[in-house]
Amino acid sequence: MKDKNSISNTIKVATGVCLVAAIIVSTAAVTLRPHQEENRNAFRQLNVLQAAGMFTPGMDVAAAFERIERRFIEFETGEYVELDASFDPVRAARDPARSRALQEDPAGIGRQARYGEVFLARDEDGELTRVIFPVHGYGLWSTMYGFIALEPDLNTIAGISFFDHGETPGLGGEIENPSWQQNWVGTRLRNEQGDLVFRVDRGRTPEGVPDADYRIDGLSGATITANGVQAMVRFWFGAQGYEAYLRRLGEQLNNAEVLI
Amino acid sequence: MSEHKPREVLLAPIFANNPIALQILGICSALAITTKMSTTVTMCIAVIFVMTFSNFFVSLIRNIIPSNIRIIVQMTIITALVILVDQVLQAFAFQLSRELSVFVGLIITNCIVMGRAEAFAMQNPPLISAVDGFGNALGYSVVLLIVGFCRELFGSGSLFGVQIMPLSTEGGWYVANGLMLLPPSAFFLIAGFIWVLRTFRTEQVESEEFEIGPNTRVSPAF
Repeated sequence: MKDKNSISNTIKVATGVCLVAAIIVSTAAVTLRPHQEENRNAFRQLNVLQAAGMFTPGMDVAAAFERIERRFIEFETGEYVELDASFDPVRAARDPARSRALQEDPAGIGRQARYGEVFLARDEDGELTRVIFPVHGYGLWSTMYGFIALEPDLNTIAGISFFDHGETPGLGGEIENPSWQQNWVGTRLRNEQGDLVFRVDRGRTPEGVPDADYRIDGLSGATITANGVQAMVRFWFGAQGYEAYLRRLGEQLNNAEVLI
Repeated sequence: MSEHKPREVLLAPIFANNPIALQILGICSALAITTKMSTTVTMCIAVIFVMTFSNFFVSLIRNIIPSNIRIIVQMTIITALVILVDQVLQAFAFQLSRELSVFVGLIITNCIVMGRAEAFAMQNPPLISAVDGFGNALGYSVVLLIVGFCRELFGSGSLFGVQIMPLSTEGGWYVANGLMLLPPSAFFLIAGFIWVLRTFRTEQVESEEFEIGPNTRVSPAF
């Protein structure tokens, strides 16, 4: 090597280093992907359980998940559809063939897949105990991904969990805070008239308001995130989201009761 | 270039020339991930791996790296190693990698890694450079482990997640020190570490930048 600062050597070294680094990084990424997918999947399952209030630390997530049935639905009709188990609504939303651009987009998600997934949790007797819905919406900086579990009355929230978001730690990031999430439990989505009146307050919900059952405390210093959460809930349980499915499921449950 | 003794190169950065305590480098991550021992230890292992190998590889090609692009070449090597660590963590220690979040990626910008590549690995043969990287990462780890130990023990009453002192919020006797869970506590602990270190190793005490002269006249006000 005569002159290491020559232009040809500079290009050679730069190319060589980049090539080697690229090979190492891509090999690692490709070989480790199955493991990572598995972890991500297990983490999703864990969050489904957490939203449903069925999670205790140290439990066997995979075993507990066997009691949960995963079904696919069509948003428009609310009918069950059969899809491949690898179906991922978030990924499908990026595929123009399987999704639609939203005209009205309060949750800020741009596109929505035509099909979605729901999780049905049952007890030992096969009685429906929780219905868990994946939801996502835009907060201040990022799309927040989570699960919301409903009681079998399909109106009362049984729990919520967020598994991915990029909100400011300590402010918007408090959506992960278990004591705030506790606040959701027992909150209802629709009032007697069937209107979707759920809302996230600014600050604490005032004492003694008549509609306290439909309101949850806001997050101080994170109004935009909290607004995003409210928009997300209203979107996913509204007409563009799971409403059609919820109506069908509700009818089914009622009919079953009549039959018994 | 004077000869380096491996023993000296390995052990000097731990107390005599500690990258955090004496050079005050890389304290950003020391604040962020030391609330728990499990994340602290993971971070230490990651930094040890990255520094040892980045120094080794930088030194290996030091004679052909053109000096005008040397920084970006070092960065490329460091970045590749950090991504490797991140991918492995995501595959085998998913929960920890979520807790460490961006801070694994931020090893790239840890001044100690770049500093040692530029200051040592560019002038020395590969093996001794690897030892230097390992030693400096060890020095970094010692401080991190001490900080992490104090913060988890006094902040949450536990070590590695095992409850040592039962918290008053759960019916125990220990009232957790909430400050320990906040970033500033790491500053206090690092400062304390430096203080203790410099009490025993007085040669590390920096000389005053200037001396205040004696009063030349008494103020008439008194």
